Amino acid sequence: MPRPSPDKTMSLRAAIAAFVHDGDTVALEGFTHLIPTAAGHEIIRQGRRDLTVVRMTADIVVDQMLAGGCVRKLVSSFVGNSSAGSLGELRRRVEHADPAPLEFVEYSHYGLICRYLAGAQRLPFYPLHSYAGSDLPAVNPDIRKVTSPYGDGEQIYVVPPLNPDVTIIHAQRADRAGNTQIWGLTGVQAEAVFAAAKAIVVVEEVVADEVVRSDPNRTVVPAHAIDAVVEVPRGAHPSFAQGYYDRDNAFYRAWSGISRDKEKLAAWMAEWIHGTADHAEYVAKLGDDFWAGLAVGEALSEPVNYGRRL
Amino acid sequence: MSTSSEVLSVIASRELAGRRTVFAGIGLPTLAASLAHLTVAPDLEIVYESGVCGAHPSHLPETIADAVLITGAEAVLSMPALFGYVLQGGHIDVGFLGAAQIDRWGNLNSSVIGDWHGPTVRLPGSGGAMEVMANSREVFVVMRRHDPWSFVDELDFCTSPGPDRALADGVTPFGLGVTKVITELGILARGGPGEELRLAALRPGVTVEQAREATGWPLKVADEVPVIEPPSEAELRLLREDVDPERVYLR
Repeated sequence: MPRPSPDKTMSLRAAIAAFVHDGDTVALEGFTHLIPTAAGHEIIRQGRRDLTVVRMTADIVVDQMLAGGCVRKLVSSFVGNSSAGSLGELRRRVEHADPAPLEFVEYSHYGLICRYLAGAQRLPFYPLHSYAGSDLPAVNPDIRKVTSPYGDGEQIYVVPPLNPDVTIIHAQRADRAGNTQIWGLTGVQAEAVFAAAKAIVVVEEVVADEVVRSDPNRTVVPAHAIDAVVEVPRGAHPSFAQGYYDRDNAFYRAWSGISRDKEKLAAWMAEWIHGTADHAEYVAKLGDDFWAGLAVGEALSEPVNYGRRL
Repeated sequence: MSTSSEVLSVIASRELAGRRTVFAGIGLPTLAASLAHLTVAPDLEIVYESGVCGAHPSHLPETIADAVLITGAEAVLSMPALFGYVLQGGHIDVGFLGAAQIDRWGNLNSSVIGDWHGPTVRLPGSGGAMEVMANSREVFVVMRRHDPWSFVDELDFCTSPGPDRALADGVTPFGLGVTKVITELGILARGGPGEELRLAALRPGVTVEQAREATGWPLKVADEVPVIEPPSEAELRLLREDVDPERVYLR
């Protein structure tokens, strides 16, 4: 007998209130694609403090969370505004401790990926062919070198597991129980979810169970790893959701100018985050004409035949 | 007249002759790889850090994760697959990197200017650059600026070490590290571990002395320093009409 699917859907406000606490380690993943921006904004609205934020590509949403006063420590492997310029708030904090110092822990991309892999599998460490000769281990004592128990005295660097209190990802769709389907760039979302104690998936659409079951290979994260399912259309803006809306490249370019100037940044935060009750209001404020500019056409995949026993 | 980005793209594209797989970022490396695909390396596969292999974009991509790279691509891999199997697995012939600073051994800094704990300028950091350096058979570096502040005697911080630094750290390196550095003045080259970068070719009108003055260490010079053939009409036409008609990167 098929078991009934538990319904884990809730509002973003309720999910952040329930699963993100002051002082928590929060991972927000999505590699350029499907960045959980709406969740970051809701964390700012709810005024969380002293978070350790983990994000491979710390970009605009991290700069906003820094400006919102939410972050004490950042763990990252790339701190930049994609290819569109700088993160003003991050640079002020790192270069001038303004308005407060930021504890920053630097890795390479694969270093952080391996931390998630170790975390997801509850392994004590994970080895990788990076870091040899780099200055990073000198500023990050958690990157260590060990001797292979198999090789002829072969040395290899290892990184420790990462187990966030909560991981938040954005996805195209999930069913009510949290079976999460992603297409296009799938990044490191599954590893980050499995590494965490709790996980929230924010989706463009909550779909009927049958939709997910018609294409189970597209499910990147199964429901048992997800604690909350939140429907927030356009919740990845200014990043994109393949097949739903395109990347807002103009906003990426604009962010360098906004974030470089403290007053401009404060005004932006007041208007777009504190001045909107939730993401639906943020989306409405941007307006229909704006969204028409990011619309995408259809490029459907060929269906596959999963077969059915006759 | 051709612009600096056109010249750098053309020179870099010629160096990709006969290569099979290239790990490229957006900008000059994309232009070079796309032009090489139309000229000297028709079977070249471009792999992007976002996980895309075999892209067939309808428009010029604006980022390594541009949606146009996904639609119509041959494969899109997860991060563990891209970094673990493709890169660390040894499937990349040439990796393209940029950096804020490079030294004579081809070690790169993309983390900080000044002290890491209190930097004058905080740069983005490694991203995947460290992995591209450690796991590609060889690495090409394209530097827009060739001056003593970028070509330094000593890096402020080593983000992406070449094989010599790896060896000194007790780890056997996989690839050759940086083999070519392409700049507006010419090409610096080295064969692999143990070798310094040497001046290997010059742009027309540039002297050895100018290259030496622009480099922050005593630059060694190859026995023969040929003058680089300027971009041909055909190369420029392909670049301007087929590769980047809207001049997104051809500044």
